[in-house]
Amino acid sequence: MPPAAPLGPSPLLSVRDLSVHFTLGAGGLFSRRKPVLLRAVDGVSFDLRPGETLGLVGESGCGKSTLGRAVLRLLPSAAGRVVWLGQDLAALSTAAMRQRRKEMQIIFQDPLASLNPRMTAGETIGEPLKTFRPDLKPAEAKRRIQEIMAKVGLLPQQINRYPHEFSGGQCQRIGIARAMINDPKLIVCDEPVSALDASIQAQIINLLMDLQRETGLSLIFISHNLSVVRQISHRIMVLYLGKVVELADRDQLYRNPRHPYTQALISAVPIPDPDLERAKQRLVLSGDLPSPLDPPSGCRFRTRCPKATEICARLSPSLLEIERGHEVACHHWDE
Amino acid sequence: MEPVLSIENLHTRFATPDGLVEAVNGVSFTVGEGETLGIVGESGSGKSQIFISVMGLLAANGRASGSVRFRGHEILGLPRKQLNRIRGARMSMIFQDPMTSLNPYLTIARQMTEVLIAHKGSSRAEARGEAIAMLERVQIPEAARRIDMYPHEFSGGMRQRVMIAMALLCKPELLIADEPTTALDVTVQAQILELIGALQRASNTAIVLITHDLGVIAGLCDRVLVMYAGRVVESGPVRDIFRDPQHPYTAGLLRSTPRLDEAAGARLSTIPGQPPNLQRLPPGCAFYERCAHREAICLDDRPELRRIGEERKKACHLPHL
Repeated sequence: MPPAAPLGPSPLLSVRDLSVHFTLGAGGLFSRRKPVLLRAVDGVSFDLRPGETLGLVGESGCGKSTLGRAVLRLLPSAAGRVVWLGQDLAALSTAAMRQRRKEMQIIFQDPLASLNPRMTAGETIGEPLKTFRPDLKPAEAKRRIQEIMAKVGLLPQQINRYPHEFSGGQCQRIGIARAMINDPKLIVCDEPVSALDASIQAQIINLLMDLQRETGLSLIFISHNLSVVRQISHRIMVLYLGKVVELADRDQLYRNPRHPYTQALISAVPIPDPDLERAKQRLVLSGDLPSPLDPPSGCRFRTRCPKATEICARLSPSLLEIERGHEVACHHWDE
Repeated sequence: MEPVLSIENLHTRFATPDGLVEAVNGVSFTVGEGETLGIVGESGSGKSQIFISVMGLLAANGRASGSVRFRGHEILGLPRKQLNRIRGARMSMIFQDPMTSLNPYLTIARQMTEVLIAHKGSSRAEARGEAIAMLERVQIPEAARRIDMYPHEFSGGMRQRVMIAMALLCKPELLIADEPTTALDVTVQAQILELIGALQRASNTAIVLITHDLGVIAGLCDRVLVMYAGRVVESGPVRDIFRDPQHPYTAGLLRSTPRLDEAAGARLSTIPGQPPNLQRLPPGCAFYERCAHREAICLDDRPELRRIGEERKKACHLPHL
């Protein structure tokens, strides 16, 4: 259970200066508009160790989902490297990359929409087996499917049911079973509990933590919910408009956040306690997220930052290691 | 003092091809003058359908029965014309998704002035002035210019401010906010919650806040109703409910919510299973299947909502939790 802070020797995954750009407004054939470049992820670096959970937090449009997909090569990157167990994924052929995919999986936010309504639970969960283990006999495949169903808390006799016969929480369990069936080393969890009710959220979070403890798998856990991320992550990375603003161990980040954005995010989370919640000093940010198409000069957070000064408009702060394992991108982190 | 809204034995049912869905099953409560009432529950608990029924906005296959009195006058089943004198004017509602509740084809000015012209017979110019003043009150920058924009030109947080401004235009006596911040980012949610709190203090409007977020309730509400499977299972002052929940569902909900003020990393306590199917509600307590404290009586005998303290009620056979 976290924080085991596994200080494993070599990282499972090393991401260096990863950038993902989208070209927007290239319009139709006769469009005269000039295409605009959206820098959804802009120079992000991190390592992920075996058995570790890295939380990615930030508000809508900060690039957290894009980053998760780019790490898995589900989106092409504009620059940077993704190194998987010492191997640069960009250098792999399509066939070789496909073999690696067995080890890296993803689960999505909307559990029902991410399942094919015309496939039974068993077909969905077993599909990766068809790709990666075509040698398995049907009886053996079925045995494995039922085994994994039991492990994620589904009844093996539900194998022939269709997605609409399951609740949201159960559909998410099907998604997790599908991701788990080939014993992956990494699962990217993209807002996996955001669509679920509170009592079901807790079940799914516990399930992911249990699976990690049993199998030693690594998780990249993407969420806008800071209480949920804190529950499951060993380390947490905060993104703002495509850039990392802070990265630290879980407790360090919540106890001693140094970036004004992290501070604002944490103080904005309502605490389910009437006295604490009403007495709390809240750092309320003014304004909304600027358009990622036209981010502010210098520090991208400066337009909403209570500490912004003239230097912030000129110079984009680089990520600085202020303590072992605690990185912050802010000109005023020590004020 | 007479309550602003008083609901008695409200039932809301939907006829579906698969049978009758009982969304609200005999709910009774009141909203007092200037009170902020929080209603918490999971999806399908009926918390929104209560107020969809109150506002007369039920889908065609839905039927509400029971009694809903606004300032003492029965409004359930009122003809549209009479209902329109109350809803939007003396009682208004804001919804979760500000984009789908605004008309994308009309400017904000058109949508806001419409309310005043229809309900108060203001002239267009008067209405425009009032609308701009209200937008300023909810902190829309450059309101006089922005009022001529279309909804898509606003961000999600700004749109929700517009919705709040619109709901407050006729100075309603009751504002119903259905998950007003659920679609918003957390820093924007903080702004909107502050705004609602400030408006409440300034105008003494009674507010009903429907949400699944216990933190939001803790920050704003005086009193809480906890809903499960279309029924109120517990109600009471906000501090009592959070400090000393007496229904096993309330207690389970509080325990299973990860929170920033407690140590992290341990297993979350959960409520096993899932909510019951509203087409086949069990004869006894709807929470029976998931309850850690269930006893034989709970299976067949449905607990009524009963008084357990000065201002507290619960629907549970257990004397004490």
